[in-house]
Amino acid sequence: MSEHTLHFKPADGFRARSKAVVDNPFLRQSFRGAMDFLMSKRAAQFPDPEELESLRSLGEAIRQYNLAKLPNLLERLEANLTRNGIKVHWAETPDEANAIILGIIQGHGATRMVKGKSMVSEEIELNHAAEAAGIEALESDMGEYIVQLANEKPSHIIMPAIHKTKEEIARLFHEKVPGVDYTDNVDALIQIGRNVLRRKFQEAEIGLSGVNFAVAETGTLCLVENEGNGRMCTTAPAIHIAITGIEKIVEKLEHVPPLLSLLTRSATGQNISTYFNMISSPRKPGEKDGPEEVHLVLLDNGRSQAYADEQLRKTLQCIRCGACMNHCPVYTRIGGHAYGTTYPGPIGKIVSPHMLGLDATAGLTTASSLCGACGEVCPVKIPIPDLLIRLRSEAFSAPHANPAMRGQGAGHSSLISAIWRGWALVYRSPVLYRAVSWLGSRFGWLMPSRQGAWTTVREPLRPAPKRLRDQLKERNKA
Amino acid sequence: MSARDRILARLNRSAPQQPPALPDVGSWYATHRSSETPADKARRFRHFIELAHAEVHAVSRDNWADTLHQALKARGIDRLLVAEGTAHGDTALDELPPRGIECSVYDMAIEAWKSEMFNATPASLTAARAAIAETGTLIMWPDALEPRLMSLVPPVHIVLLDASNIYNTFFEAMTAEGWRDGLPTNALLISGPSKTADIQQTLAYGAHGPKELIVLLLGEEA
Repeated sequence: MSEHTLHFKPADGFRARSKAVVDNPFLRQSFRGAMDFLMSKRAAQFPDPEELESLRSLGEAIRQYNLAKLPNLLERLEANLTRNGIKVHWAETPDEANAIILGIIQGHGATRMVKGKSMVSEEIELNHAAEAAGIEALESDMGEYIVQLANEKPSHIIMPAIHKTKEEIARLFHEKVPGVDYTDNVDALIQIGRNVLRRKFQEAEIGLSGVNFAVAETGTLCLVENEGNGRMCTTAPAIHIAITGIEKIVEKLEHVPPLLSLLTRSATGQNISTYFNMISSPRKPGEKDGPEEVHLVLLDNGRSQAYADEQLRKTLQCIRCGACMNHCPVYTRIGGHAYGTTYPGPIGKIVSPHMLGLDATAGLTTASSLCGACGEVCPVKIPIPDLLIRLRSEAFSAPHANPAMRGQGAGHSSLISAIWRGWALVYRSPVLYRAVSWLGSRFGWLMPSRQGAWTTVREPLRPAPKRLRDQLKERNKA
Repeated sequence: MSARDRILARLNRSAPQQPPALPDVGSWYATHRSSETPADKARRFRHFIELAHAEVHAVSRDNWADTLHQALKARGIDRLLVAEGTAHGDTALDELPPRGIECSVYDMAIEAWKSEMFNATPASLTAARAAIAETGTLIMWPDALEPRLMSLVPPVHIVLLDASNIYNTFFEAMTAEGWRDGLPTNALLISGPSKTADIQQTLAYGAHGPKELIVLLLGEEA
């Protein structure tokens, strides 16, 4: 489908991409408008602060309980899914996951796959792998379909095409969909997408989906959606392949209602999504539709690294609602593409380092004012600001043996460390402090007038010609 | 060692010895959700599903087929997919053809008639197993008689719901019916016609599934 392969490149050009968006008033307006819309929709769903707080505490407790039992629950999930007739596969890396999925597809001699919305399939860049193997991988969520048609990546985990105006989409459909005249009527545009994709739902041999919750006790895969494309992908083709991170698991079915309520209300401000689809088996004898085969691919890709540390484990509580990015002043200004990671925004900053290594993501940990909005709105109370501080210290401390994370110390600079050590020394010793501040007041004029990022929008820093202690001395004399 | 064993070994090395106490979901619902009278539940269900753009008609056991007929006529639809062998499907099969509505049945596997289902099936009738008041949600357990695609592919989906089967919450529905002891191939919650806001946050109905959802609410007669 695409002319060239598009990869995520977090380390490369985060600042340049951010600047490009900040300099573009249309994009800024787009993101500002969309985020204001999503924030007010969410607020309207939680009119009672007591209910919100107690539901968040329940959501947090459910996620922490299930993470604490994760290895045991994964084995139970596998046993129950297998008993129900669903095949379970395990992948440590994106490459392994792609190989498993392509293996299933090629094993059936299939060439056409329709995809429901799955951020994990974006994480493993399944579309590129499928394309390279000569398999059509067509996104069917309207937003995903639009960004795929434009040869772009989603810029938001819930609303993938949030960066595009309807006029841009109108031009895109006119140029890329055969026989389509230009229209910027949203209903007409959706009908165009519907007609194209309905044909594909009939033809595809493979349907791929993500998973919102996997229930261990019943062996059930749950999917949340509004459009019906998720149901199409998991019902119409002969084979359904689901992919999920290993953390999206709950032990008990009764854990689902509170999490579902938190998810849809936090994400899009809906009291529930149009569809909640619970799949427990392939087509049984006598049933007349549904896939003959259902597969689940469980992906690690750095999640077990986060799991190993008690604090970092909280990262895995996430239910992928996107509220943190909707409320983030940085995301609102730079949009999702600037991050260069599959998952943008605050959650992206704390989860991507485990997937890609801190060496590729150290810069993301500092792209935050630590205002705390993400932590306040998180429906499962992930302490995102604390985790950002932790990741900064992992990234910028000197490399040491047995690091908690891949790429620990990647942002470390001996010069900067030496400067901070010197600073600490001066502040610990009154004699040194007096000497250095005296030097500063005498030779402050020697400070350069260009001081890197500071002076791009500010006056240069210069020590005062008279120290506070000197001024106080004069006043006391007077 | 397989990928599975390596992943599990890594997790097992760091899993806490003592998991936290099992969260008490039941007591949260007991303190935060009051139970309502059947009439209140029906009103709340109707309010929320109408907010989600569904059309609701109060009907009785004697007249629901008339309402169904009128809804189809009003839309110029003369063909309806029904589930033969269910009480409501058989009623429709008896009552609609004499009034000019052709009824088709889902009597073979989808592979044999996928194109007809997608291209020549303008409407379908199914029953709902139950409903949820607090979100305006229909609960469906598709089965061999009333398969999964019936509530998804036809552009107009008509659902018969017995108003006495409305629960307050999703939690109440699953615990009262003992879902944890056995779920069907596919259990579904449906809360309106298919929709999307993926283009500039503008809500549009009829994304991939039904463009219209019509609920015939049995027992709460107007």
